[in-house]
Amino acid sequence: MRKLLLFITVITVGLLFIARLFYLQIYTENTDALYEDNAIRKVYDYPKRGYVYDRNGKLLVANQPSYDVMVIPREVMPLDTLEFCALLKITKDYFIETFNKANHYSPRLPSPFVPQLSKQDYAALQEKMRKFEGFYIQKRSIRDYQTSIGANVLGDLGEVNQRTIENKPYYNLGDLIGKQGIELSYEEVLRGVKGIKFIQKDRFNKNIGPYKEGIYDTLPKPGKDITITIDAELQKYGELLMTNKHGGIVAIEPSTGEILAMVTAPSYNPNLLVGRQRNKNFSKLFLDKRLKPTFDRGLQAQYPPGSPFKVMNALIGLQEGVIDTNDTYPCRMGYYYGSQKLTGCHSHPSPLAMNGGISQSCNAYFVNVYRRIIDKYKDPGKGMNVWANHAKSFGLGNFLNNDLAVGQPGRIPDGDYYDRAYGDNRWGSTYIVSNAIGQGEVETTPIQLANMVAAIGNRGYYFTPHIIKNIEGSEIDSTFTKPKYTTIDKQHFEPVVQGMFDVYNEGTATSLRIPGIDICGKTGTAENFMKIDSVKTQLTDHSIFVAFAPKDNPKIAIAVFVENGYWGSRFAGRIASLMIEKHINGNITRTDMEDWILTHSLEDEYLKPYSGEPFKINRETTLKVVPNVKDHPVDHFALEFETNQPLN
Amino acid sequence: MLRETDRDFKFDWITIILFLLLVGFGWLNIVSASHVGEIDSYFDITKLYGKHLVFIGLSTLLIVLILSLEAKFYERFATIIYIIAMLSLVGLFIFGKNVNGQLAWYGVGSMTIQPSEFAKFATALAIAKYMSDLQTNMKTLGDQIKAAGLILLPSILILLQNDTGSTLVYASFFFVFYREGLQKVYLTIAISAILLAVISLKFGILITAGSAAFVIFISYFFRRKKRAAFWKPIVLLLVCVGFSYGVELFYENSLQTHQRNRISLWLRLEKDPAKLEQMKKEEAYNLIQSEQAISSGGLSGKGFMEGTRTTGKFVPEQHTDYIFSTVGEEWGFLGSAIVIILFMALIIRVLVLAESQKSTFSRVYGYGVASILFVHFTINIGMVMGLIPTIGIPLPFFSYGGSGLWGFTILLFIFVKLDSNKINEW
Repeated sequence: MRKLLLFITVITVGLLFIARLFYLQIYTENTDALYEDNAIRKVYDYPKRGYVYDRNGKLLVANQPSYDVMVIPREVMPLDTLEFCALLKITKDYFIETFNKANHYSPRLPSPFVPQLSKQDYAALQEKMRKFEGFYIQKRSIRDYQTSIGANVLGDLGEVNQRTIENKPYYNLGDLIGKQGIELSYEEVLRGVKGIKFIQKDRFNKNIGPYKEGIYDTLPKPGKDITITIDAELQKYGELLMTNKHGGIVAIEPSTGEILAMVTAPSYNPNLLVGRQRNKNFSKLFLDKRLKPTFDRGLQAQYPPGSPFKVMNALIGLQEGVIDTNDTYPCRMGYYYGSQKLTGCHSHPSPLAMNGGISQSCNAYFVNVYRRIIDKYKDPGKGMNVWANHAKSFGLGNFLNNDLAVGQPGRIPDGDYYDRAYGDNRWGSTYIVSNAIGQGEVETTPIQLANMVAAIGNRGYYFTPHIIKNIEGSEIDSTFTKPKYTTIDKQHFEPVVQGMFDVYNEGTATSLRIPGIDICGKTGTAENFMKIDSVKTQLTDHSIFVAFAPKDNPKIAIAVFVENGYWGSRFAGRIASLMIEKHINGNITRTDMEDWILTHSLEDEYLKPYSGEPFKINRETTLKVVPNVKDHPVDHFALEFETNQPLN
Repeated sequence: MLRETDRDFKFDWITIILFLLLVGFGWLNIVSASHVGEIDSYFDITKLYGKHLVFIGLSTLLIVLILSLEAKFYERFATIIYIIAMLSLVGLFIFGKNVNGQLAWYGVGSMTIQPSEFAKFATALAIAKYMSDLQTNMKTLGDQIKAAGLILLPSILILLQNDTGSTLVYASFFFVFYREGLQKVYLTIAISAILLAVISLKFGILITAGSAAFVIFISYFFRRKKRAAFWKPIVLLLVCVGFSYGVELFYENSLQTHQRNRISLWLRLEKDPAKLEQMKKEEAYNLIQSEQAISSGGLSGKGFMEGTRTTGKFVPEQHTDYIFSTVGEEWGFLGSAIVIILFMALIIRVLVLAESQKSTFSRVYGYGVASILFVHFTINIGMVMGLIPTIGIPLPFFSYGGSGLWGFTILLFIFVKLDSNKINEW
């Protein structure tokens, strides 16, 4: 008996389990079959989508109800189409076309028939719906933007497409899903889980109560509210400053990696992508190949970084021990290899050591530094790889792997890259000196540049730039709270930071100082080309600026990119300076600088390549003066949108 | 003397094959439960299924190590292994990492290790060592208390770390004690206590007292020796009523809310529809989802990686504690029944081998292995199918996780080694 107790228990439990399995899987009806049963009405109950708040707790995105007319084609009975079309304010052609499309998708699954009714239509229809078997009204919630800014940050909701449904069976046709921005990257958090009710119908299509007392019903789980790291005030100010310019601003808090502002210009009002006009408006925005409003220039645009990249070469040079901060190099209005001029430069005192090299942005100085790094090794490929690894440790040359919906890797070339381009070992450091000054093959996105300065401001580490600050009731991903260390030792940062500080003191940005704040920055000017009728044509240079402030324990690191803005401190430098003042002091004292930015437009510059006529660039251009955009808002996209007032 | 070639084949291959089948099939289900989108490579160690494959690979190394040590090693070092395991549990209070309110993990870099998984085999070794001592007699109260102490120490440590599920596993040693001579009265008490607790929660104290009185007096009047003192049944009844009252008090006051709600759901105690709705969202959510997933599998299932609920990640924790819901959905009644039969076969095989051991140490240890596997199997599958209240505990060899897999592998293969050595024991 003693030997048998466990033996018998095991057998009993095993048989009991098999019996239970039999009951669940064979005896009980398959719950999935319920979805097929046309005597059972399936009513989805969509939960509240999570709200979005900015870092100061300001509500940015809320919800409003919306009503879709849905159809299940095989359940449709003959009906008075004239009356139906009149009620819904649709044409008979629309009726036939939409019905056939729905039937083609699936006769037994619901498809949206008329999406997003107005409040009045819904009230009128609600009573009469029962007459039209196979049609019903589905309540959903759509977004209600409390702001007109940050379209690229906030993103939008759109109807899920069939491809997505195949991969993610959670969704049904007509469901809304995040398409861009945080709506896309935090879809599952914001969405919650929809509930379903099975309701028994009678043969008159009337509800006669829950199917089997509702044992198969599930309740919706509400989406979670999220707080994002964006400062709505700063974002709004950045968007204002960028009016009439193309480009991007990315501002990061170096001590946490939180993205304070993420501006792309031109942008649009997020309310354009809500409601019945959504698809029409989205196509217009998406297909605008000149303004590209759906292209996030702060995250996706890969530009040659220009001079800000010089500080990277300074850091690598110090780390590799090929230069000393006191070594000086001459500049003869450029760098000469023998008698061949490899790169030009502007006029400034010469020769310069590191501090002057950075603050005066001397090209020749950095070509010297760069060639010493590459030529430290016998094989230039090896030198190039060492150089590339240092640069990559700052988050350049690869995706940042963060929580933003879009991004680009940029490019940091390595030895293999040039072996492919020139042939194995058929190149040397003199071939590739453009990398020394951030031109040539190096490409970065503004967010990567902002992150690079954040790492410099932190003296050697960064936190992956991210946009989530808080998710109701759960922690944010730990990859965002762990510092990532660069391959440059801490002591090498101080001389470079001092150089960036002197950019403001005695260098290329002396006019941009903010009283009371120590800023470290670097101007940049990048040549760029465009193919016009298959002719490579040079356009006005890009204006670039990177900065962090204050010098010690920085609160903000920023990268500003203004397309065709000419030199660094002209547009980008001013904008960066104003953004820093706004963030640290909260108000702007230098109103004349602000007025200058708000009254100068680059729109003419952007139209030139499309004019079909030859045009002038750089110093031969003039700026267009416009009325202050603070008082005269500019709307690039004359698109209509319904004013979505919440229904009572 | 045995020749080398004979040594290689004296391991019990039936046990080893059952183990391989369970681990292999378990991994297939982890792939289903954890993959998102297309699978590029099954060896992608950034994915859970890739990681688990690494865990399986490492457990093969463990097996080789365990089988290559002398069988006597385990008996000789049982006490030391037990002490190390207990220290590792104590260490959690100082160095442990709190995950979901349980202080049950050590963080090693990005990995976590759960020492309670390893404490199980250590305790089984210690119990086997203690009971194989010629001086130990499980019929005496003193030795019973000492043996119970060996089990209570890890259970209490784990309970303090808020890991109720793992604590319950130690109850499995009751089977071992009973096999080794514990009096029948303990079995009676255990079964009565469980029955009394369930009846008092479901029907209240009055009905419990009534039915207890009925059973006690019937057995009093029909017993053979009628001379027993008349006050004995009365005292017994009072004890029953007191116990029943205690259970109610404990249920109302000492349980954490989620534990109370899980029991309430199991016994269908909650009548208020509003509260029931609330529970459907919280405590019952996993259960409803897992029952529906299993149910939707039907006779032959939806096929590997074809389960809509598995793909849609409807069941939370479906790669760990709820892995059986994936089996149910994708492999249907046939596949799930085979898994249950494989588990029964493994447990019974270990039991049969245990009974055939010549040394008490090996027998007791084998019995411990069978009991631990059985309790895990019962609680996990019972929970996933809604037969017992929700208790978080992994399914041996199936659930995702390194510590669990290694714990069970060590547990089983020490026995395989001991078993292979029985010829040498005279």
